[in-house]
Amino acid sequence: MTTLTQTPGGTGTPTPGPRTYADYSRPFWQRVVLSREFAVIALLIAAIVYSRSQVDYFSGPQTMYYLFRDSASILLLALPMTAIIVTGEIDLSVASTVGLTSVAFGMLHVDAGLSVVVAALVAIAIGALCGAFNGFLVAYVGLPSIAVTIGTLALFRGIAAGLLGTESRTDFPDSWTDLAKERIIEDQPYPMILIPFVVLAVLFALLLHFSPFGRGVYEIGLNDEAAHFTGVDVARTKAILFVLAGTVAGFVGIYTTLVTGVARAENSVGLELQVIAAVLLGGVSIFGGRGALPGVIAGVLLIGVIQRAMLLNGQTINVINIVIGVLLVLSVMSTSLLALGRNVVSASKGARSSGRSSDSAGKRSLS
Amino acid sequence: MTDTLVQPSAASPTARAVRDLLRSRELAVGVVLLLLIAVTTLKSNAFLFSSTGWRDLLLTPSMLVLLAVGQTAVIITRNVDLSVGSTLGLTAYLTGRLFIDTGLPIIAVVLAGILMGAALGAINGVLVAFGRVPALVITLGTMYIYRGAFLTWAGSDRINADDMPRTFRDLGTDSILGIPVLTIVAAVVLAAVGYYLRTARGGRELYAIGSDPDAAELYGLQVRRRIFSAFVLSGALAGLAGVVSAARFGTVSSSVGSGIELEAVGAAVIGGVAIFGGSGTVWGAALGAMLLVTIYRSLPVLGISDFWQQAVVGALIIGAIVLDRVLVTRQERALVAARDTSAGSTSPGAPTLAPVVAGDAQEGTR
Repeated sequence: MTTLTQTPGGTGTPTPGPRTYADYSRPFWQRVVLSREFAVIALLIAAIVYSRSQVDYFSGPQTMYYLFRDSASILLLALPMTAIIVTGEIDLSVASTVGLTSVAFGMLHVDAGLSVVVAALVAIAIGALCGAFNGFLVAYVGLPSIAVTIGTLALFRGIAAGLLGTESRTDFPDSWTDLAKERIIEDQPYPMILIPFVVLAVLFALLLHFSPFGRGVYEIGLNDEAAHFTGVDVARTKAILFVLAGTVAGFVGIYTTLVTGVARAENSVGLELQVIAAVLLGGVSIFGGRGALPGVIAGVLLIGVIQRAMLLNGQTINVINIVIGVLLVLSVMSTSLLALGRNVVSASKGARSSGRSSDSAGKRSLS
Repeated sequence: MTDTLVQPSAASPTARAVRDLLRSRELAVGVVLLLLIAVTTLKSNAFLFSSTGWRDLLLTPSMLVLLAVGQTAVIITRNVDLSVGSTLGLTAYLTGRLFIDTGLPIIAVVLAGILMGAALGAINGVLVAFGRVPALVITLGTMYIYRGAFLTWAGSDRINADDMPRTFRDLGTDSILGIPVLTIVAAVVLAAVGYYLRTARGGRELYAIGSDPDAAELYGLQVRRRIFSAFVLSGALAGLAGVVSAARFGTVSSSVGSGIELEAVGAAVIGGVAIFGGSGTVWGAALGAMLLVTIYRSLPVLGISDFWQQAVVGALIIGAIVLDRVLVTRQERALVAARDTSAGSTSPGAPTLAPVVAGDAQEGTR
């Protein structure tokens, strides 16, 4: 069947001759600098520089510490969320998983009398189980992830509320709650949570950007059928990513419980939308197949810096929400505006190719 | 092969209508709803037969029904509108503000609320339809923006019952012939939108766009304009729901409408509206909304702590989409079987096989 484009010799083994095309269409520096990730990082640096010079107390010792501490949950959850959105799926249930594992952790420790470590491990396992439930329904049953995770958003939060109602559990050993708030080095603005975050970020970066598994993730996002035919196990990859999201959410549940000192069902309500907003702001395409972790981390920190700076400037949280919303809309609009500009430019150059290059907006409108 | 696909059903129109009804998702949800009401009433007579019980049964869902109807129009086009909760909050506050600051008559205030909602929906529509960006992201962004605008505008003050005229608040509790006014409003909207989507050209085009946006574009449909108007409708109904909420509760607090967007999507999904567009009806979505709200109210009566209500709702949503998948798989298998047998036989289009195709392929139980 595949004898259409054989070499005249007909032996079937093409000799590796010199390439007639460049390794990449653009030089290295252009590929780095002219990317969305770099734009977000540059924006982050600009925001920090501006805030340090213009906003009072921003350069003070507490600001960066609280910035990291408050952004930690979003930073952690953004790691698996990036991978999930790159495959073209979405997980709206992570914040509910956080709430459920927080409640489970509190009840296991306070009511059942388990030690903190055992309770934490069980809670993380519960988180993984929640993720596996999502993953099974999305990957193996083949249901749309947006509908499934809207369902589990209500289900997991509902179980948490059913278990604990409006009560809360607060009896955690001081050594552990202090550990969650401690700084790595005294008088430096780096809270302890950054250590597990950096470890996880490195692991996720290796997984996503430097492993065959990660290549598969991107391939699924670009075209899952093609990915299937090149040997990527599409269902298993998606299921693994949802399990990872649940596991990380379990860890975040424990962190949230310890850092606030309270285990209750309403912990982190609405966090999922903040995580998704940050991931999209970081340059990940909602259609899948595009995006990178450095941009996402910069996106989370960018939102954190803007929040801090505006709070110090005396703005209310409402104005900050408006700014974040506008930023999110602008960041996704920028892609189509850039594409529009590029089309105009190429049209004026005399448009050699008639096919439109990248117009996937009509292809899949959600997830 | 194609002969079978275009063969009209051999069954009589009445028989087909009855079978469609029996197979429809709307009937299934309706039966579940009636069973729930019956069981709850057996447990406590007051749930249905006391005057407040009857009123609340009809009145409480009206807000969510309005949102679910608008949401359905958007979801059918393969989009989603997450900003309805914020729109609702903003218009509810506008309603109260207009009563305090101006002496406008009630009807003008109601219209202003709807217009405000439509304007907010138009912003979504322009960004989604003409900006060519995914609705999920845009409406997530505008959800933050509208909520932020509402809270900035409202500041720390809230609208209290005394701020609104008595006749307006009475609208929230009054009944005509035993049916609450707000329920009638929701029912009229439901009937109008349902009729439009089923029969009018614009409505059918929404389904066509959701089934296959590229094909709709190639076919020459005004895809952008239709999507834009779906968002305007969703916004306008969210605005109306905001006015309804102000009338119903008499107060407007800063948390009004937060989180209700996912409930509206959930109601549509339970009612059989496919999240990837192209199928489902507003009747189903409205029944889904009534089921959701009735579950909230009946759980305490049934002796289940109402803390579990959200878990029940979540399980219901997942159950609904799993059921959809099972039905679609079964239908696909039937279609493949029909194709294979007719391709093998010498006479194409055996009449016994045609109804399977004609009855369900268009907008049935997906």
